[in-house]
Amino acid sequence: MKTGKLIVAAVALLGLSATTASAATTLEAVKAKGHIQCGVTTGLAGFSAPDDKGVYSGIDADVCYAVAAAVFGDKNKVKFTPLTAKERFTALASGEIDILSRNTTHTLTRDASLGLNFTYYNYIDGQGFMVKKSLGVKGVKELDGAKICIQAGTTTELNLADYFRTNGMKFQPVVYDTSIQTREGFDKGACDVLTSDKSQLAALRTELKDPKSAVILPETISKEPLGPVVRQGDDQWFNIVKWVLFAVINADEMNVSSKNVDDLKAKTTNPNIKRLLGTEGDMGKKLGLSADWAYNAIKQVGNYDEMYQRNVAPLGLSRDGSVNALWSKGGVLYAPPIR
Amino acid sequence: MAGPKNTVAWHRNPLIRGIFAQLVLVLLVVWGISTIYANTVANMEARGIQIGFGFLNEVAPFGIAFSPFIDFNLGESTYLTVFFIGIQNTIIVSVFGIIAATILGVTVGIMRLSANWFVSKIATIYIEVFRNIPVLLQIMFWNFAVFLPLLPGPRESLGGGGFFLNNRGTYLPKPVVENATANTAFWLAIALGIIAIYVLHKFSARRQEQTGQILRGKLIGFGLLAALVALATIIFGAPFAFEAPVLGRFNMTGGIEIPLPLFALWFALTTYTAAFIAEQVRGGIEAVTKGQWEAAGALGLSRSHLLKLVIIPQAMRVIVPPTISQYLNLTKNSSLATAIAYEDIVALWTGTSLNQTGQALIIVAMTVVVYELLSLMTSIALNIYNKRVQLVER
Repeated sequence: MKTGKLIVAAVALLGLSATTASAATTLEAVKAKGHIQCGVTTGLAGFSAPDDKGVYSGIDADVCYAVAAAVFGDKNKVKFTPLTAKERFTALASGEIDILSRNTTHTLTRDASLGLNFTYYNYIDGQGFMVKKSLGVKGVKELDGAKICIQAGTTTELNLADYFRTNGMKFQPVVYDTSIQTREGFDKGACDVLTSDKSQLAALRTELKDPKSAVILPETISKEPLGPVVRQGDDQWFNIVKWVLFAVINADEMNVSSKNVDDLKAKTTNPNIKRLLGTEGDMGKKLGLSADWAYNAIKQVGNYDEMYQRNVAPLGLSRDGSVNALWSKGGVLYAPPIR
Repeated sequence: MAGPKNTVAWHRNPLIRGIFAQLVLVLLVVWGISTIYANTVANMEARGIQIGFGFLNEVAPFGIAFSPFIDFNLGESTYLTVFFIGIQNTIIVSVFGIIAATILGVTVGIMRLSANWFVSKIATIYIEVFRNIPVLLQIMFWNFAVFLPLLPGPRESLGGGGFFLNNRGTYLPKPVVENATANTAFWLAIALGIIAIYVLHKFSARRQEQTGQILRGKLIGFGLLAALVALATIIFGAPFAFEAPVLGRFNMTGGIEIPLPLFALWFALTTYTAAFIAEQVRGGIEAVTKGQWEAAGALGLSRSHLLKLVIIPQAMRVIVPPTISQYLNLTKNSSLATAIAYEDIVALWTGTSLNQTGQALIIVAMTVVVYELLSLMTSIALNIYNKRVQLVER
C-alpha cells in the first residue's frame, strides 16, 4: 500500500516535469468550452460594472460581447471575471481568461515583458486630478506639498511621480488597494487630491458624498491608451480580437449601426460595406470565423459610437471634439480597412 | 558491554533502513521542488514572460510617503531600497503593536480577575467584542469610520506649541543637533547614569540577600541619572534644538510625522491582539493552584508582592508559549495595511512594485522569505525567554 502511494506520487511528479501540453489554440479552446472568459474591473461605471442582476455593461464589457457575437453568433456567450489591477496580467498569462478588457494602459514594459499583446484602443484616456473645491486650487502646478490619493498597481503612480519630479514639486502618495478605498480616503479627507484617469475621475466624482465639493482640474498629464489585451503567442486569437475592434470602428466610420445593418446587408452596393458584412469577399474565413462575423457583432452590440454613447457619454464625457472621435472628425481613432 | 554479535542482515537493520527512508524522502522533496521551479521558468519563458533579479537595481519610478530611517529619493533609489523600506515599515508597526498589545493585554487580563464586579465585566465585554470581529473590518472601521471623520483637517489642527493632531497624522517637534559638544555631553551623562543604575541595583540586591536590609539602589541610580543630565545641560548648554512642524499650503511640514494610517493600523492591531493576550494572562493566572495563593497569603505578603513574587512567575510558564503565537499573528496581520494606505511590505512590494515590474514570482517569494524570517526571529527570541521562565526541574 505504501509503495503504491509512492509510485502514484512519483508518476504525478513525472507528469509535472513533462512540458505542459497546450497544443489547442485559444479559438479552438473557446469553441470547445462554449464561451469566452473575459477579465473586467471589479466595477467601474461606463467601462465594466454589473447591474443588480449581475449582467455586465460598459464599453470594456462590450468588446467581449462583440467578440462573442463574432465567434459564436451570440453575444451572450461570455463569462466575466472581475479582477483588481494587481491580478489582471497574471490572470491572462495563466490562461484563466481569454481576453483582458479592463481599462488597461498600453505601455512598453507590459507589451514586451509580460507575455501580452495589446490589440487596439477602445478608449483613449489621460491622467487628471480631482481636488477639494475648498482648497481653491486652480491648476496642477499649485499642488506642491499635497497628499495625493491613488490606486495601487496603475500607471498613474508612475506618471504622478514623473510629473512632480519634472516640475520640481513634492508630494506624498496615499496608496490604496482598490478604487473604492481610494475614493473613500479622498472623501473622508485622508488626502487633498485624488489622481486617476480622467474618465475614472468623472465616475468617482459622481459617487462622492457631495459631488459638488470636488473639482476636476483641466490639465491632463499623461497618455493612457486603453484597450483589450490577449496572451502572446496565439496570433489567430490576437487577430480576431483586434479585427472585431477594427470592425466596429469601421462600422462607425461607414455609418453602419445596429439599426440599419439588416437594411444595408440586403440593399447596399458599397463594396466596403459588403466586405464588412460578409456579402462579398471571404474576410471571416481569413480570421477563422464565419462570413457574418462583423455583421453579428454590429447587429448585436452596435458600432463604436453606439458603444460610446450608451456607456461613456452618461458620465458626462462628450465624444465630439475629444481624442476618441474618429480621425475624420478630429479625433485619433483610426481603423485599418477591411479588405 | 560487548553484546552478542549482530546477526541481522544489513538490509533489515532498523538504523540503516531509517537513514535510507529519510534519504529517499529528502531526494523526493528536492526533486519535486526543483521540477516545479524548472517547469515554471520554462513555461514562463515559453509565454514570453521575462523573469530575473535584474529589476532590483532599477530605479523605482514611484513615490513613497513614509520611511523614517531609510532615505528614499525619487529618481535615484532602486527597487531594492523599496524592499528594505517595506520591511522597515512592517517592523515598525509590529514592534510598537507587540509592546502596546502586551501592556493592554496584561492589564485587561488582570482586570478580568478583579474582585470588583464592574471592572471584571468591562474586561469581559472588551475581550468578547474585540476578538469576535474580523481584524480587517476593525482596521477599516477605526481608519475610515472613526479617526478620519473625527479628527479635523490640517488647517484646523488640534494642539499647539509644536504638537499637532489632525486627520493626516500626529506631528511632533523634531530634535536637531546644533551644539555638538553639548550633545556629546548629554549622551555621555545618560550612559554614565545607566551604568550607575545597574551597579547600584546589583549592589543593593546583594546587600538585601546578605543582610535583609532594603537599600533602594535603583531609585538612587535614577536620581543620579537626572542629576548628571541636568549638570551636563547646565555646563554645556541644551543638547538639541527643536524644529517645530508648521502649516504649509496643504499639510504640516517639518517636525516628525506619524501618519494616520500607521496610527490607525497600530491601534487596531493592538486592541485586537490584546483581547487574545488578556485571555491567556487570565488562563495563566488561574492555572496557578489555590494553595500557592493561600500559602503566599499566610506569609503576610501584600497583594502586589503576592502577584509579583509568587503568582506571576508561575503563571508565565503557561502564558508565554501561546503569547508567542499572538505576536506572530500580529506581525502577519499587519499585512492588511494596504487597505488603509500604510506602506508596509505587502503594499509597497507585492502591491506597487509587483505591478510596475510584473515580477510576480520573485517578488512574492521574497515577501514570503521576509515574513518567514520575521516570524522565526520573534519565536527564537521568545523561546529563549520561555526557557528562562520555565520551571527548572531537578
